[in-house]
Amino acid sequence: MAQPARAAAEGSNIKRNGVWSKAFNAIARKITGDGAWAYAFIAVALVVYAMFTAYPVVSAFIISFQEYKPLGSSFIGLENYKETFGDSLFWKSIRNTIIYTVLTVPVALVLSFGVAILILPLKKWLQTAFKAVYYLPVVASGVALSVVWLWIYDPLPAGILNQFIGWFGIDNQNWLGTTKTSMFSLVLMAWLSSHGTSIIIYLAALLGIDNSYYEAAELDGASFFQKLWHIVVPFLKPTTLFLFVTGIIGSFQVFQNAYLMTGGGPDNATTMVGLLIFNNAFKYFEFGEAAAQSLVLAAIIAIVSFLQFKFAGKDVEY
Amino acid sequence: MALFKQHTISKPLLYTRNTAIVVVLLAFALATLFPIYFMVISSFGDPIEAGAASYSLWPRDFTFASYKFFFDFSEYSFRWLLNSLIVAVSIMVTNVVFASLAGYAFSKIKFRGRNVLFALLLSAMMIPYQVTQVPLYILVVNIFQIENTYPSLILPSLVTVYNIFLAKQFMGSIPNEIIESAKVEGCNQFQIYTKVIWPLSKTVLAVMAILTFMESWNTFFWPFLVTNTMDMQTIQVGLKNFRFANTTYFAPMMAGATISAVPMFVLFFSLQKYFLEGVTVGAVKG
Repeated sequence: MAQPARAAAEGSNIKRNGVWSKAFNAIARKITGDGAWAYAFIAVALVVYAMFTAYPVVSAFIISFQEYKPLGSSFIGLENYKETFGDSLFWKSIRNTIIYTVLTVPVALVLSFGVAILILPLKKWLQTAFKAVYYLPVVASGVALSVVWLWIYDPLPAGILNQFIGWFGIDNQNWLGTTKTSMFSLVLMAWLSSHGTSIIIYLAALLGIDNSYYEAAELDGASFFQKLWHIVVPFLKPTTLFLFVTGIIGSFQVFQNAYLMTGGGPDNATTMVGLLIFNNAFKYFEFGEAAAQSLVLAAIIAIVSFLQFKFAGKDVEY
Repeated sequence: MALFKQHTISKPLLYTRNTAIVVVLLAFALATLFPIYFMVISSFGDPIEAGAASYSLWPRDFTFASYKFFFDFSEYSFRWLLNSLIVAVSIMVTNVVFASLAGYAFSKIKFRGRNVLFALLLSAMMIPYQVTQVPLYILVVNIFQIENTYPSLILPSLVTVYNIFLAKQFMGSIPNEIIESAKVEGCNQFQIYTKVIWPLSKTVLAVMAILTFMESWNTFFWPFLVTNTMDMQTIQVGLKNFRFANTTYFAPMMAGATISAVPMFVLFFSLQKYFLEGVTVGAVKG
């Protein structure tokens, strides 16, 4: 009991003097040895981690076995998990998420790979300029972009995209409003949104390939595409795997565009797992079920990532 | 010589090829930049309801009336920008300070439990945010009861594991000899951190500061969860409110979107180098 009181007294002393450096020196003199310094340096990080990551994860497990009520929750065993696996909407959201992922992630990889390859032979200043141009949409806020796309998808004939397809003689579409096109609209938005990050990562990797490999291949009379296939693709495999895995992890958690653009509709055609969990938690306040579903999602992501590393990462060294 | 022939083909052919490449790259760039272009030029239109307006790809009017309309929507519109600024700057500063301190400890100081603790931190990066969102919400709103306050917006992002990892990766490459000689000179660990590590890590910390600022400026989800009074919302949440309240006002919506995005554009153009460096720093080797 004496110690905190002393510390408090010291604290008020320092405040009265108003000299922070004195406080620092007082503390600094008490810390002896590198180990103590190290613990002081990581203290804040550990507290933040314990409070806002570790505790919530443990808590999520507990809540997933409960019927959550603000005043006294009750344990209901595996009921939340049973409900999750028996819920057709949960499976539909998994299906939607997989469709979205399959349509967006590989296309994004191919596009950014292609752009990086094309940037490669250009002069330095052009490389920098294109990097900046392709990165620009990354810094724009997702909410702002979703607002813009909402108007691009305006279902009226005057809508930008409807005007555009009109030039090709295609009829007006109610882009976000029908089950036929709503998922495609979200996918198109992903295709045309920013690939800046992966382009720059690919380009950095491309510039890291030593010229001697190309020279050796040329002596053997290799064509451009042979060099691309036999040198560039294997060399960039770790990069591709990294972008692929992070892309899929990100895509499985996608929430914002579905929430802001379609709200998951129409008829849940664009309800992704991330949005379903959000709705269960913050629209219906079914915290238990939301927690159970989020843990199932975490397990799926972990399994998918593991499989990718096991099968695609076999001959990749890190 | 390289993947592309640069010297072994004739000058005109080289010129034609590179021009063709630039044209292709520009075409795709235009497609990805189009939403931003459309947003900015449309924001200068008149604030009339969409039924009467027709979209144009070229700027026809030039008026700030839609911006005025956006700011008149709520008495807190300016406050949203200020809130975003306060939150983003706070998160930026705390991340740079605490992530660099922890990064230094994890990379250069030997202490008991170092590897276990770091592995524990890293494991957090694999957990999808959906897992923590519900307990975090309960913690902040029901237990701490700090809904609608700056601490509720700042505390969960005070220092992120990603930034600690970034700092550790970089500081690991600082030669031990420099630290040893500082010790011989009589520096304690805190002095080593301020006088040796900090100056040597300036670039990576600048990158960290910028990316962290950008992320918290643009973040929507968490501020949306923990703020329900207009005066405490950030610009991203405010923009969403505006959109739901004024579904037919096209130009003002574009003005709002522009307002929320322009500060980042300005920052990007003035500090481009750090942004572009930030993508690859500590990302992958390969």
